[in-house]
Amino acid sequence: MSDGGSRGTAVEARPEQARWEAAPPGPRAVATFQVFRGDRTGGELRAYQVPVTEGMVVLDAIHYIQHHLDSTLACRWNCKAAKCGSCSAEVNGRPRLMCKTRVDEFGGQPITVRPIKVFPLIKDLVTDVSWNYRVNKEIPPFAPAPGDAGPWRMHPEDVERLFEFRRCIECFLCQDVCHVLREHRGTDRYYGPRFMVRIAALEMHPKDTASREELLHGKGGIGYCNITKCCEEVCPEHITITDNAIIPLKERVADAFYDPWRALLRRLRGRKEPRGT
Amino acid sequence: MAEHTATHSAAADLPWWLQPAATVTILTAFGLYAIWAALQGHGYVAPYLSPFYSPPVTIAGIPISPAWWVLWGPFGFRATCYYYRKAYYRSYFLDPVACMIPESRRRYGGETAWPFIVNNVHRYFLYVAIIVLAFLWRDTVETFFPGGHFAVHAGSLLFLVNVVLLSGYTFGCHAFRHVAGGNLDCFSCARGGRLRYGLWQRVTALNQRHAQWAWASLFSVALADVYVRLLMAGAMPDPRLF
Ligand code: SF4
Ligand code: SF4
Ligand code: FES
Ligand code: FES
Repeated sequence: MSDGGSRGTAVEARPEQARWEAAPPGPRAVATFQVFRGDRTGGELRAYQVPVTEGMVVLDAIHYIQHHLDSTLACRWNCKAAKCGSCSAEVNGRPRLMCKTRVDEFGGQPITVRPIKVFPLIKDLVTDVSWNYRVNKEIPPFAPAPGDAGPWRMHPEDVERLFEFRRCIECFLCQDVCHVLREHRGTDRYYGPRFMVRIAALEMHPKDTASREELLHGKGGIGYCNITKCCEEVCPEHITITDNAIIPLKERVADAFYDPWRALLRRLRGRKEPRGT
Repeated sequence: MAEHTATHSAAADLPWWLQPAATVTILTAFGLYAIWAALQGHGYVAPYLSPFYSPPVTIAGIPISPAWWVLWGPFGFRATCYYYRKAYYRSYFLDPVACMIPESRRRYGGETAWPFIVNNVHRYFLYVAIIVLAFLWRDTVETFFPGGHFAVHAGSLLFLVNVVLLSGYTFGCHAFRHVAGGNLDCFSCARGGRLRYGLWQRVTALNQRHAQWAWASLFSVALADVYVRLLMAGAMPDPRLF
């Protein structure tokens, strides 16, 4: 799991011409790309005709535009292998990784590429995602018991739940689609699904001793999530964000804040009940 | 946060409205049917007790249909179920009606404010639903012994399918998954951890199909009631199979 930090920066153009120059001559299929061009002050969709090659993905087309049609087009990318989470965009109205979205799946229809909406636009397809890094810093990190620094012997049953959370590539597509952040502009109230995944990975860790329920209930804003699952639908890593992260966390928050029976038990015992009783 | 001209919130894949429209139609139809069935005031023909009327509760001096004493439990259970929450937030409250579709509502409290904050007590409805389910199992077993002898009728099979579907739905509940073991951080160090891990895994398997259990059991419970009412009206026989 990445904790954020350095990312590919906005680039104007990258020399990747070899591939294009090697393309065989002769008539080729051409796809129309409507790409957003502009910045915070405004912008528009601009059409580009891009020759289609076999196995081509949307990021290839963006590179083609940069190299052959308009070198001022800005996009962020890094791995071209769906692993760095940099190339997020809205392709035909759906949050996607451009490097994982094949051109042939649109069957010759025009393909619209816009930047993700939730975060402030810098230029063209590049947005400022630094809000996420600030949120990340607000989450108490992994905290083993004092004097228990490891190495630890981990049992499969204790850690298997955590594996899927660790697949997160921080593409923030889930943040983009989440209606709390997107439609209700809730970045001041809700951390968003990506950070529910991160908190779930920490909270369910058998060696972690910190409690993040108060944070979840308060500033983290888990109550704003209404489990409508759009985040899960767009996650390129197929993380079961709602069923395996958010809902289990909501149940833990219910233990701590909404369950009168548990509150009574805590009061009678005069201490916080141990997890899982 | 960002409001820039780059994004129009229009999803390309249509028709996005189909699923919400179907959900509204089916849930509303079921709700109206349940109210109608409860208003009938009775739902028994030997050996079948309609699931809307089980357990049979009457309180002397309060002349209301016995169904009302029961239905609030399963109703509350479904109304606070994580799956149905998704379904009705999307289709009745358009919050969101589909992913990437703009919303018109300005004020949004999610589950932090009345009335949806109540959904946080889903577990208590689960406890009630488990009690009701125990009665439904008893009723189902009784349908296999009409007159004290074992026999299999079409109705008893229908009741069996219904109670199995209801059990799959109830025990695949997220709140049950939580108490079964989801609330543990360390299975290997907890008391009875291995047992709870096994239980949690089984509940998880049911939970992965929770939506399907939810719909299937909704239909089966309505069908069981319809069956009882048809028998009560003498509109059809109850064929004996064995
Ligand atoms: S399930 Fe919750 S976190 Fe995911 S998109 Fe919906 S509201 Fe946002
Ligand atoms: S949870 Fe999935 S969609 Fe969200 S940031 Fe991680 S990989 Fe991307
Ligand atoms: S370029 Fe790394 S995920 Fe697309
Ligand atoms: S989550 Fe659906 S019944 Fe509990």
